[in-house]
Amino acid sequence: MSKIHYGTFSYLPDLTDEEIAAQVKYALDHEWPVSIEYTDDPHPRNIYWEMWGLPMFDLVEPDGVIRQINECRAAQPEHYIRVLAYDARLGKQTTAMSFLVQRPTNEPGLLLERQDAHDRVQRYSVRSYATDRPAGTRYARE
Amino acid sequence: MTTIEESTEIKERWDPGVQSYAGMGYWNPDYEPKETDILAVFRMTPQDGVDKIEAAAAVAGESSTATWTVVWTDRLTANSHYQAKAYKVDDVPGRPGEYFAYIAYDIDLFEEGSIANLTSSIIGNVFGFKPLKALRLEDMRIPVAYKKTFQGPAHGIVMEREFLNKYGRPLLGATIKPKLGLSARNYGRVVYEACKGGLDFTKDDENINSQPFMRWRDRFLFGMEGVNKAMAETGELKGHYFNITAGTMEEMYRRAEFAKEIGSVIVMIDLTIGYTAIQSMANWCRENGLLLHLHRAGHSTYTRQKTHGVSFRVISQWCRLMGVDHLHAGTVVGKLEGDPATTRGFYDTLREDKVATNLENGIFFDQDWASMPGVMPVASGGIHAGQMHQLLDLFQDDVILQFGGGTIGHPYGIAAGAEANRVALEAMVKARNEGKDLLREGADVLRNAAKTCQPLEAALSTWGDVTFDYTSTDAPDFVPTATPS
Repeated sequence: MSKIHYGTFSYLPDLTDEEIAAQVKYALDHEWPVSIEYTDDPHPRNIYWEMWGLPMFDLVEPDGVIRQINECRAAQPEHYIRVLAYDARLGKQTTAMSFLVQRPTNEPGLLLERQDAHDRVQRYSVRSYATDRPAGTRYARE
Repeated sequence: MTTIEESTEIKERWDPGVQSYAGMGYWNPDYEPKETDILAVFRMTPQDGVDKIEAAAAVAGESSTATWTVVWTDRLTANSHYQAKAYKVDDVPGRPGEYFAYIAYDIDLFEEGSIANLTSSIIGNVFGFKPLKALRLEDMRIPVAYKKTFQGPAHGIVMEREFLNKYGRPLLGATIKPKLGLSARNYGRVVYEACKGGLDFTKDDENINSQPFMRWRDRFLFGMEGVNKAMAETGELKGHYFNITAGTMEEMYRRAEFAKEIGSVIVMIDLTIGYTAIQSMANWCRENGLLLHLHRAGHSTYTRQKTHGVSFRVISQWCRLMGVDHLHAGTVVGKLEGDPATTRGFYDTLREDKVATNLENGIFFDQDWASMPGVMPVASGGIHAGQMHQLLDLFQDDVILQFGGGTIGHPYGIAAGAEANRVALEAMVKARNEGKDLLREGADVLRNAAKTCQPLEAALSTWGDVTFDYTSTDAPDFVPTATPS
């Protein structure tokens, strides 16, 4: 078992809903639209998690985002769920915040696979134990 | 301005022998710089008895077309076009005998896309010119037209974050210590522990290349073992800056190719390899998809003393044009030189697209980077977790905080040192986003975070009160500033 460290606050204790709301408020105060995404493939190079709806533009208060997070949690209780904020200003035009708001109950972790190549070179790849199972059943509760 | 068309002056101007530089047209107080001119401001300390105007004209002359005597072959050229023009001289406040000389250079004087060519003019011969006691290049305004002839950062801040999948916080690194003497196997251990504990990067030091105690290829292989193992342990992308600095370009390319082959996301070079080599490696990195880290080894020999040399602001501009992705730019609170306002000027130069004139920070001109991506500044040297609130307040998110001793010297071990730094950072970012005043409440935030993180508790009790409180040497001469502890 090995906790996946994804995003900005992953070395802190998991955030409470109140703490999540405070972070969302920070994003909204900067006029950054907020979006919610989920996955059951926690590979470090898995960029495109599934979108829980479209990014939420023009919000002022975080309540709506928290509501959406809870709906996503209800639909995907054993997935990783992250909150993203997006900064569309010229010169940025990229993600401004990214942090987890849910993890699966059991995290089996990642396997480092090695392959011998020439002259002591190793070819490495990282694989999630969870992805041995088909999508949707990877983090099913026992 | 004296020109060859002004017949009454022709005779004097072109008489053989020695002429004053001002008389030869290198001083022109009425000159209005063109949008495409390259502008430079120098701090001059003329020898006793040398007039400041003549000194400024001499700097303009010696950094452009002039030689010590009149030459008739100037008359075969559109001479006044190629002459640099000193157009303003100001006294330096509070520093008798020192002057700021503003000089304009036509863009035609410089080869496109070559920092070597630019610098061979602007800082070529003139710094040894006898009529001056000392000379310092304080700042430059490089016009958009000339900027556009450079590649710029191989990736830049935005692409680096998307590449590494890390947003909304400073990145963390550590330089492997001791910098010299570790075998490859021991070296890779430090890489593994530090990355596993929570750092994003580890780093070779500037003088780790390929010595008898550890050859480069062995270091690369053991280092990548550490990087990959830490990625599997944490689920995060990691990197080690492999220093490919070597005696020849051919050897650097060889090492870079190998780093690429074994999957490193980044390579590193030292400023000592020279401007042309830096530009070549930046092109290579753009083409091959690796980030480029530049260590500013050697810069203090010419950036630190305010009367002579080249300001690091100018070096920062050149580095952004040359195309590096990372550049060490000072910590303010750490062990190395760093006045806060001056350091702010470096960070703005590296990161911002439009930088307004700000004399307090040492910025003499409005700068337009024309959407050239920013360089990620690196704060490294004598910093520790106990300073996290100050570091985040000074530098915000787009910076790499490098804790070498502050990670590896942790009493519980390297991974614990890394974890302490990561927890301190995340707690501080969280607190800032929640609206806390970092400078007032930062120490409390750290103490609170330490309640659930033993390694942070130990880091704070080991280094909590270590400060480097010395007066800065390189401070702008406009507002008095002190280095905070």
